[in-house]
Amino acid sequence: MTKSLSDIQTELLGTFFEEASEGLQQLEAGLLALEQAKTADPDTINDVFRAAHSIKGGAGSFGLAEVCALGHAMESMLEDFRSQRVAPNRESLAALLEGVDWLRNALDARLAGSSLPISDIDGFCRQLEILRGSAGDAPPPAVPPAAEAPQGGAFIVDFVPLPRILETGNEPVRLVRELARLGTATVTTDVSRLPPLADIDPTLCYLGWHVEVEGSDVSRKAIEEVFSWVDTDADVRIAAKTVGNEPVVLDAHAATAAGPAPTHEPKPPPAAALANDARAEGAIGSIRVGVDKIDLLMNMVGELVITQSMLGVIDDESRLDSRRVEQLREGLGLLARNTRSLQESVMRLRSVPISIVFSRFPRLVHDLGQQLGKQVELKVLGQTTEIDKTVVEKLGDPLVHLVRNSLDHGLETPELRRAAGKPEVGVIQISAYHHGGDVVVEVRDDGRGINRERVVQRARQLGLLGPNEAVPEDPIRDFIFAPGFSTAAAVTDVSGRGVGMDVVRRNIRALGGDVFVETTVGKGTCISMRLPLTLAIIDGQIIRVGQHAYVVPLLSIIESVQVEPKRVSKFQGKRELYRLRDKLIPMIELGQVLGLHSWQHSEESLMMIVEADNAPVGLLVDELLAQQQVVVKSLETNYDRVPGLSGATILGDGSVAFILDTTAIGRLVRGVPGNGAHAA
Amino acid sequence: MSDLPEVPSPAHEPEKKPSAQLLTFFLDGQEYGVDILRVQEIRGWSAPMPIPGAPPYIKGVINIRGDVVPIADLRERLCLPPFEYGATTAVVVLRVRYKNRDRIMGVVVDAMSDVTTVPGEALKAPPTFYDSSESLAKEIATLDDKMITILDVDCVFGDQAA
Amino acid sequence: MAKIMTVDDSNSLRKLVASALQAAGHNVSEADCGQTALSVAQTTSFDLVISDLNMPGMDGLTLVSQLRKLPAYRSTPILILTTEMDPAKKQAAKAAGATGWLVKPFDPAQLLATIRKVLD
Repeated sequence: MTKSLSDIQTELLGTFFEEASEGLQQLEAGLLALEQAKTADPDTINDVFRAAHSIKGGAGSFGLAEVCALGHAMESMLEDFRSQRVAPNRESLAALLEGVDWLRNALDARLAGSSLPISDIDGFCRQLEILRGSAGDAPPPAVPPAAEAPQGGAFIVDFVPLPRILETGNEPVRLVRELARLGTATVTTDVSRLPPLADIDPTLCYLGWHVEVEGSDVSRKAIEEVFSWVDTDADVRIAAKTVGNEPVVLDAHAATAAGPAPTHEPKPPPAAALANDARAEGAIGSIRVGVDKIDLLMNMVGELVITQSMLGVIDDESRLDSRRVEQLREGLGLLARNTRSLQESVMRLRSVPISIVFSRFPRLVHDLGQQLGKQVELKVLGQTTEIDKTVVEKLGDPLVHLVRNSLDHGLETPELRRAAGKPEVGVIQISAYHHGGDVVVEVRDDGRGINRERVVQRARQLGLLGPNEAVPEDPIRDFIFAPGFSTAAAVTDVSGRGVGMDVVRRNIRALGGDVFVETTVGKGTCISMRLPLTLAIIDGQIIRVGQHAYVVPLLSIIESVQVEPKRVSKFQGKRELYRLRDKLIPMIELGQVLGLHSWQHSEESLMMIVEADNAPVGLLVDELLAQQQVVVKSLETNYDRVPGLSGATILGDGSVAFILDTTAIGRLVRGVPGNGAHAA
Repeated sequence: MSDLPEVPSPAHEPEKKPSAQLLTFFLDGQEYGVDILRVQEIRGWSAPMPIPGAPPYIKGVINIRGDVVPIADLRERLCLPPFEYGATTAVVVLRVRYKNRDRIMGVVVDAMSDVTTVPGEALKAPPTFYDSSESLAKEIATLDDKMITILDVDCVFGDQAA
Repeated sequence: MAKIMTVDDSNSLRKLVASALQAAGHNVSEADCGQTALSVAQTTSFDLVISDLNMPGMDGLTLVSQLRKLPAYRSTPILILTTEMDPAKKQAAKAAGATGWLVKPFDPAQLLATIRKVLD
């Protein structure tokens, strides 16, 4: 299969756009950092310069002239910072941030198949020039310089390399060949300096060449081009051939033998380069892999885990002799270890740090805060929290909406904050962390909170609550996600009329997760999105309830105890509580919760104490079976979400076992459907 | 396999209705059919794992080569009297489109019948007095000696608890 | 048909160079950073190394001077890719031990013509 080079170039264009997009993020992040810092950090300036330089270089190589011009203009200004000719100031940084937007738009235009008009770009570039206070550099050659029109001519070239020329990697014979290729040539080799065979040092060059070349493509420039790399390693004389065959020596490039002989001791790398090396110690090369390949790999690993557990079952039941059983056990143990490490590696492949989603927020909050006249500080926690790549993409929009909401409706203006005795600068915190098989992403602000009364009022207005109907226990939780619900007096164009929250919840639920609200009037609001880690091979404890087996994620289990009847007490007549050391733990009839209505716990029942919203509950089960890794299969693939279950798995014997979501079970039983607006 | 001869159509008649290829089975003495292209496989009955909170006609899920597949009792779904599962009980595994997604689901039937091609002219809209399975019956096929109720597989799993 | 290693942290540009060379029948290996290139060079010999100048971590010139320290690479042709070539840069490149340079942007034809100076 042969592809034309232009085909390859088109393919690589896609890669370039990806790289440029990443580069732009780095550029933007660096510029924002410079804006906020008191003193300009040289490393940041360097990073920002390099990002602009790379985009410019790439754009040039791919023929995107206007992008290249933009990159060049920004690079020039950044070079001023880098060389410390000028220090970055508010105005220049704002202009550069605008440049980032220009670059984004220019790249987007190209992606869409068109391109921003160069006149617009020139306009902006000129602004940058004015800011720089310079007359403006000559625009970079966005396309390779046009080949020089052949002049034609005849020249005599005398080429005498210095003996050590071979050490530079240059091969004089090839240079002569290139020279001869320019036109028709006659070459004479000067071997006068060749020592006797026994004395020849093969690393040195003893030859010289006398070449007469002429042709329509032969010009002084072309000849100089041929020898451009070796002008300090060779004696090159170029003379135009006249009619009288008298070489007129016009130019002579001679390496001054007396001059400083460039040696091959490289200059000690400057300190900065060394520092760079040290910084890069952790950096490893990387490759891009399509997500579909990872999916395939994930499936295969999943099947491998199931197979391995099936083999484990055979081991239990086999009647092989003891030696063979030992061998089998050993083999299975090895298989288990290998499978485990394979699984861990593959899972890491598809997980990406959530910083990918979080990265747009510094700029967003910065711009939005200015637009709304609010002072805000953005805190970001848990950037390294890993999350499945497919989930990451769908998380972005909901998160943007929540942050906008916080900024627009949650945070008060500086005056109001001052009046309320709060610091003028409001804080928005986005954080991500793992919690028992889920990823939790929170948006927290220290703004005005959500007013319960206003929510009730609005609910009545919208007809969600009848005029005589009693107010439910948690109206905020119940109503805030209704479509069209917004208690904001004025609709700003920023976040729109409350259309967001219902869409946010729908989107998150589509991912198998949910959204919860916690708020205190005057103090602030916290919206948390809980998403199941869709990639799951988890460690599970298999339990038996009645005739069926279920799986409880090991991470959720605190401990298991034998039920001692004297420790059981009834609360308000119906709930049973268990006194375990200093805690009172609600007991849950798991069989009932799971729809096994005829099930009752017996004297032999065990109580498994599990995590549920940081408040442990005790699940009553019949028996603890094996602990093993299980592959989480989603129930939603072919069925639907089932409250209380986080998925299903296939056990070693081929039967299906449900995986319990202990947090949801805790909530179900507490009569808190969905979110837990409980006292922390 | 009964391949009925196709009736030749005169040139001026409107386009012939396409024939339907069906997998047919029995429920409570009646014959039903589904589009053969939607059938993934036919299995024997094995006890499914009951799903908490599921509608009563959904008996649970089973493992089909690593996939977790829900099983519905079609008699119950069609409000037919219950019947004890026996030697002929089979599970028809279908490719179903529900809530904008393609899924695999299985239905329990009394016994399998045949694979049949029904000519277009034999297909009619269901009569209105079939009220219990109205939403499920797509068409009725009338052949010389019998009637086959053709079910819309995408409706079998309707009205689940969301 | 030569064995060539291209080094550039920009995937698109590196592959642009690599594909042009491969189309001309050469055997091309790629490294996306100087450190990797140096490690590879310690166990593999190439007929030509082409490296970008501006890379994070180990930059092009450092890579060149490190390569020159390896006995197998004392006189291997090493070219650097750069966006400008003023005399100071020329001097620095030669001092580090580079054989020559290529000014970006260049098209594949220019690339192939240039490497003829050091390869057959």
